[in-house]
Amino acid sequence: MAEISYRQAVRDAMREEMMRDPRVILMGESITGYGGSYAVTKGLIDEFGPKRVMETPIAEAGIVGFAVGAAMGGLIPVAELMTVNFALLALDQVVNSAAKFHYMFGGQWSVPMVVRTVSGFGQLGPTHSQSFEGWFASVPGLKVVMPATPADAKGLLLAAIRDPDPVIFIEHSLLYSTRGEVPGPALGDGEVPIGQAKVVREGSDVTLVGYSRMLLQALHAAEVLEREDGISCEVVDLRTLRPLDYPTVVNSVRRTHRLVLCGEDWRTGGFGASLLSEMQDRCFDDLDAPIQRVAMRDIPLPYSRELERLLIPSSEDIVTAVRRLS
Amino acid sequence: MYRRMVQIRHFEEHAAEAYAQAKVGGFLHLYIGEEAVAVGAIAAVREEDHVLGHYRDHGYALAKGCDPKACMAELFGRETGLCHGRGGSMHLAEAARHYWGGYAIVGSHIPIGAGMAYAMQYLEQPEVVLDFFGDGATGNGIFHEGLNMAALWNLPVVFICENNLYGMGATLAEESPVRDMIIKAEGYTMPSVQCDGMDVLSVYEAVQKAAAHCRSGQGPYFVEALTYRFRGHSMADPELYRDKDEVTRWKALDPIPKFGEFCVEHRISSEQELAQVKEEVEAEMLEAVRFADQSPWPDPATVDQWIYAKPIDPEAIATGPDQLSSVEG
Repeated sequence: MAEISYRQAVRDAMREEMMRDPRVILMGESITGYGGSYAVTKGLIDEFGPKRVMETPIAEAGIVGFAVGAAMGGLIPVAELMTVNFALLALDQVVNSAAKFHYMFGGQWSVPMVVRTVSGFGQLGPTHSQSFEGWFASVPGLKVVMPATPADAKGLLLAAIRDPDPVIFIEHSLLYSTRGEVPGPALGDGEVPIGQAKVVREGSDVTLVGYSRMLLQALHAAEVLEREDGISCEVVDLRTLRPLDYPTVVNSVRRTHRLVLCGEDWRTGGFGASLLSEMQDRCFDDLDAPIQRVAMRDIPLPYSRELERLLIPSSEDIVTAVRRLS
Repeated sequence: MYRRMVQIRHFEEHAAEAYAQAKVGGFLHLYIGEEAVAVGAIAAVREEDHVLGHYRDHGYALAKGCDPKACMAELFGRETGLCHGRGGSMHLAEAARHYWGGYAIVGSHIPIGAGMAYAMQYLEQPEVVLDFFGDGATGNGIFHEGLNMAALWNLPVVFICENNLYGMGATLAEESPVRDMIIKAEGYTMPSVQCDGMDVLSVYEAVQKAAAHCRSGQGPYFVEALTYRFRGHSMADPELYRDKDEVTRWKALDPIPKFGEFCVEHRISSEQELAQVKEEVEAEMLEAVRFADQSPWPDPATVDQWIYAKPIDPEAIATGPDQLSSVEG
């Protein structure tokens, strides 16, 4: 095992897969000399050259459309969209092209590609601080992945690149510098299958479901609740939002009978809203209390540090939600 | 080429009839009047070259050699359709023939064509891409993004703009500051040519030159075909925005009799032979309609087939309470 950063894990997955498969190409804005806006692709241009690490114009829809075409022509593009906010410009190509072609053309071809993008905030203002995983996860035909740890970032990105379907891979800007152990070569390449959630902390009183940064917040909340309230939290990392591993969540709720869903996106229409609906259908009889949600209030995220802090979902919000249950 | 144009004309007429009988649903956009563009362009390139078209797409499918029976069955929404009834009129495709389909979000396939061309260049394959769209698409940002990238990376793609003077109900003057679409290619330093879209030979010549340019590694090429649709935008169009005289003037330029006369004049075919072609094609299209009409509907059990190439766990799909028993049972 080696301890590396989340950033390094994403880079390693791309690098290893490019070495293994010559069809894999990267494309994105300022990903060559600049190294990517979050320095994820740094150095890859030197190793693989401009044919495989393509500097693109600032044209998000064009980038994804181009990647769809390149995939149809036999390549495996990994397109970087600088942040998920800019991915909105490419929404048409993601939803109407990448997600549709396999179904719409009767299974004649698939679109093996990955769109890597980034959620997060940090005094970036209303247009640069949003979370849209729920939008992508609502689309049949897409697979949506949001890793929380370096091991999952690497393992899931390997799986995404090897997957024959379009995968939206959403990283988190506040996780890039976090570090964690990633399996070394002796344990295989560390691929993590898409569509499998993971119980990362066992507990008996309440199930906390999180992903990406909110998984870390949930783990922190679980420690606080154990220490201060003697409440035993089970924490489930969804890892993949679509296809979603409902059985793992359901099984956990059958043990704990209480459920708190933790997300960073808006309360209305956010990913947690549809998850809550489905969980009610699947395990209403197992629940001893209403399902709780921790989510962003329906307000654009302001620039000012003091205002921003009011709104960002945190471990304290999770602690409060759990205490409401008991 | 004469036979192909007649095929498209007769296919479309039968499709319109079936639409009137409610055997074809949704939107139906006919290619009548524009046949010379698809036929001339596709005849000018190799069989293995790639073609992407827009939603008025029956002409590309037939020009690429797709079976009219399977095309008609797709319009009828039947299992025997090119896409097993999943795509419909606007989304015919046959990957085995390198006909990659009709794309119905205007302009969306412009960067897709560029991306395919990049794959050809990267994999050192000799094929070029023909990417068809209309004058209306040139107002969309995605057109400019696609052309910009194709020119930037010197890709083997021929952009073919069918300028039929209307973007649905908007006249060219209402949607574009320039009448000539080739002007828009100039900003990307892309060589371009205008051709007579009512003359199959003019289109053939233009695209042959364009494809040779691409194949020799000199980058993309822009062809503008000046053409006209004889019917409305779709079957639902009452055509309030254009006058009858204009339609009549263009109908006099019908590409099919025009090329027929050329063939007779140059002793390529006799009038009897051309009449014979029409008869054969009419029989073929009647058979296509009969085939479509008698074909089975898709099996309801297959409605969720092909959402993913690598199928996912059925338990991973939100089902709601009604279907939960089948998931858990």
